[in-house]
Amino acid sequence: MNNNDLFEAVIGLEVHSQLLTKTKMFCSCPNIFGLEPNSAVCPVCLALPGALPVINFEGVKLAVKAALALNININKKSLFARKNYFYPDLPKGYQISQYLDPVSSDGYLNIKTDGGGKKIRINRLHIEEDAGKLIHIGNRSYVDLNRAGTPLVEIVSEPDISSAAEAAAYLKALREILVYLGVSDGNMEEGSFRCDANVSVRRKGDSKLGTRAEVKNVNSFKFVEKAIEYEIERQIDIVLSGGSVIQETRLYDSKENTTRSMRGKEEAHDYRYFEEPDLPPLILSEEFISEIRNSIIELPEAKRGRYVSEYKLTEYDAEVLTQDKDIARYFEDLIKENNGRVEIKKLANWVINELLSELKVREGEGRSLIKAQDFLELITAVESGSINRNTGKIVLAEMLSSGKKAGEVIKENNLAQVSDDKGIEDIVKQVLDENQKELADLIGGKDKLFGFFVGEAMKKTKGKANPKKVNEILHRYIENYKSGRS
Amino acid sequence: MDGLYKLTIGELSDLLSKREIKSVDILNSYIQRIKEKDPQISAYLYNDFEEALQNAEAADKIIASGDDFPSLTGIPLSIKDIFLIKGKKTTCASKILDNFISPYDSTVVKKLKENNYVFLGKTNLDEFAMGSSTENSAYKITKNPYDLNRVPGGSSGGSAASVAADLCAGSFGTDTGGSVRQPAALCGVVGLKPTYGLISRYGIIAFSSSLDQAGVLSKDVTDAAIMLGAVAGFDEKDQTTRRFEVKNYAEIVKKADKSLMKGLRVGIPAEFFSDGLDPEIGSKISEIKALLKELGATIVDISLPDTKYSVATYYIIATSEASSNLERYDGIRYGRRHKEEDGKEIQSLDGLYRKSREAGFGNEVKRRIILGTFALSAGYYDAYYKKASLVRKLIIKNYKDAFGKADVIIGPTSPTPAFLIGEKTADPLSMYLSDIYTISVNLAYLPGLSMPVGVVKNPTKDGGVLPVGLQIISPWAMEDRLLSVAKIIEDEVGKYIRK
Ligand SMILES: [Zn+2]
Repeated sequence: MNNNDLFEAVIGLEVHSQLLTKTKMFCSCPNIFGLEPNSAVCPVCLALPGALPVINFEGVKLAVKAALALNININKKSLFARKNYFYPDLPKGYQISQYLDPVSSDGYLNIKTDGGGKKIRINRLHIEEDAGKLIHIGNRSYVDLNRAGTPLVEIVSEPDISSAAEAAAYLKALREILVYLGVSDGNMEEGSFRCDANVSVRRKGDSKLGTRAEVKNVNSFKFVEKAIEYEIERQIDIVLSGGSVIQETRLYDSKENTTRSMRGKEEAHDYRYFEEPDLPPLILSEEFISEIRNSIIELPEAKRGRYVSEYKLTEYDAEVLTQDKDIARYFEDLIKENNGRVEIKKLANWVINELLSELKVREGEGRSLIKAQDFLELITAVESGSINRNTGKIVLAEMLSSGKKAGEVIKENNLAQVSDDKGIEDIVKQVLDENQKELADLIGGKDKLFGFFVGEAMKKTKGKANPKKVNEILHRYIENYKSGRS
Repeated sequence: MDGLYKLTIGELSDLLSKREIKSVDILNSYIQRIKEKDPQISAYLYNDFEEALQNAEAADKIIASGDDFPSLTGIPLSIKDIFLIKGKKTTCASKILDNFISPYDSTVVKKLKENNYVFLGKTNLDEFAMGSSTENSAYKITKNPYDLNRVPGGSSGGSAASVAADLCAGSFGTDTGGSVRQPAALCGVVGLKPTYGLISRYGIIAFSSSLDQAGVLSKDVTDAAIMLGAVAGFDEKDQTTRRFEVKNYAEIVKKADKSLMKGLRVGIPAEFFSDGLDPEIGSKISEIKALLKELGATIVDISLPDTKYSVATYYIIATSEASSNLERYDGIRYGRRHKEEDGKEIQSLDGLYRKSREAGFGNEVKRRIILGTFALSAGYYDAYYKKASLVRKLIIKNYKDAFGKADVIIGPTSPTPAFLIGEKTADPLSMYLSDIYTISVNLAYLPGLSMPVGVVKNPTKDGGVLPVGLQIISPWAMEDRLLSVAKIIEDEVGKYIRK
């Protein structure tokens, strides 16, 4: 029996997610990543003497939206608080956050696990502001306050997570919802979506929780899992060797795949929380909340279920189509536009096999989708046989590049499928004339050469010929040769 | 015209309207007066006569071009050095901001500029507005114009002295626990602290955010009304300002008539006449009580039972908020950054913080930062900050109950007249008690006004006198009633005591 089987891990996650507002949480500076250092600053976010914060209601809306989507109860009255500590990236010397009475509390999120599903309870979601950034060059440190005051929500789970894999599943589900709702861009590498993990272990069957360590500095999904796995192992080793885990903050080192203690002053913080006297209590009306509730679009989990039951798609197709909310919406537009003419399964195939792969090729060029109506015109052209499938792919590529409609592209490039018997017959005759030797072999019984002639005919028409017709006519000619009628 | 500096804003404005004088004339009168008197009084931290001349010339052009101009047009005012003015030094009388030039205007100053005022200079104060005598300024000691050996009160001591000594037509100050009313009382001028949220705090250096409120110091009640009207109102940059209806206070005051006193219920809180009160001040206030009765008012004995806790409550809440508000002075982005003795930058972050703040802040500021940090710290929060917040609610309720029985409340502004320089500096607690009657008004977010109602003998100066201030408190957002009652009393007892 593995030692690990004797223990169970108890994990809670604290996620910080930046909100996709136009401006910062308490001033009107732009909330944009990557600007020249200290260019998006003002008296408020620089903490000049006398400056005062003003609540950005766009940020409140996004926070409430996230809370509603995560089944967290909205508190109609919540309070802002100051969290006091000194650091050069924190201009005021305190962070405006929420402490007692956050904007929302008590919710849950369903995650998928190996054993099926699991409900992870969420303790709270609250609004706060981000700090600036320190840039260390040589033995100097520089302060960039562009990020200072960026809106954040902190989402704190209950310690309901029992493995690194579950932690990853929780994070993935959480991120998916926030990105879907346009609340966050979910970018872990750029730091707009961050996660700290509280990890402890106990012997299976113990009811008492072990001492926890907080693991920070985890900046990718891959690392969350690795960091937690490492930390669980570390703690089990300590317990097995008779030691005891110290309550502390540990930094994850992704190069070494270890966690390191950051003992010292960072630990000794007494944040001296108290109600922010510069801001009134945040009062949310029922109308405000229900307006936001009504604006919440169908979430991925529900969408996937509906694609399977209503559209009769496979789980896999539903998953692919819902990963990106813009694609999902596009697919649904297509269905609406189609109005039952083309089979939904075929529409799904067009999106998954053709559109998504074309978009993948164009990744980085900035996505511009063609209108659903135009895409449907192309699909219909192929499905009705007026162009063949391969030509359809070429037309789609051209449509995406030029923005032209399918009809225009087909006409301009003379791509319409040649289906008229006379035209195809002429070409077949020409091909047979030009390849007398192969023809003789074919008549002599080398049936495999039939394909060769089909290929030659298609080449001559640049793929526009209706392959079915080519087959038919060629077959008739060969039969005639065989029976000596020609 | 001679002696323009003696006139009130109302009088000056009237002369300007009639084109009998120019703003530049008023300014020159003040410049001369300041040059003559301020070296003894030290009301100003600095003057800016160049800027003042530009302001006055601009105001004269506006006045020449039409009759429709705001009533502060061309009026020279002084500003407590706690209000930010774009391009001007703002020190808050602290060394930690000795090199700070503001890049933006406070809302009050922005409104004053829109009113075409003339900026005369920045007045002295207790460092970060922490004090009751202006002795805590890192730069100079301001003297009381009635007796140069005495304090002008504080923290807006420079503003009060500048008005009392006719070094400006009026002054803007701030009042966190009495910092406008107490110096107004000690210097014999009118001091108004409006309802919390009536004037924007944006661009005013914060001491205690839930208590700070801008106020005006003026030569008479009418001027206070004019000045209040110019700067009051909702500000989207300060979420604690309220969408009050801003009334035409000047017009209301003009119409205030004795008949208003008939049946007005005037509350006299027993707690404001307790042991610490100077008996001579007590009898002055009693004279006013008798006067009001004569005018037809009903005198009501009321009680504010929890005001005995107001000083303790105030010193927990104000210092707690201050400990947080002053964290931004860290030597990183602006203000004083301490260097090593050899002029090199301090290498450790902790060292930079500690040394910059140690050298930058004065003793009273440090004392309050330590007090506030303690009151908010884990393990003490419940016993101090939280308890104080609860007591604050009781005090608010005391006033609510009292205003069920009375329309206004009156009492002394300060328990003593102006005290001697150095008299209380060694004993912070006795200094704190000089705000005992004003503090609860801030805790309850109410408007309060101090006005001169007479003098008492100056015990240390032969034939000298010291002014006595009457404090009037009205219900929340009822500045119109407050100013009207003050105007009627002023009409009866005589305006502005001349020195
Ligand atoms: Zn800003």
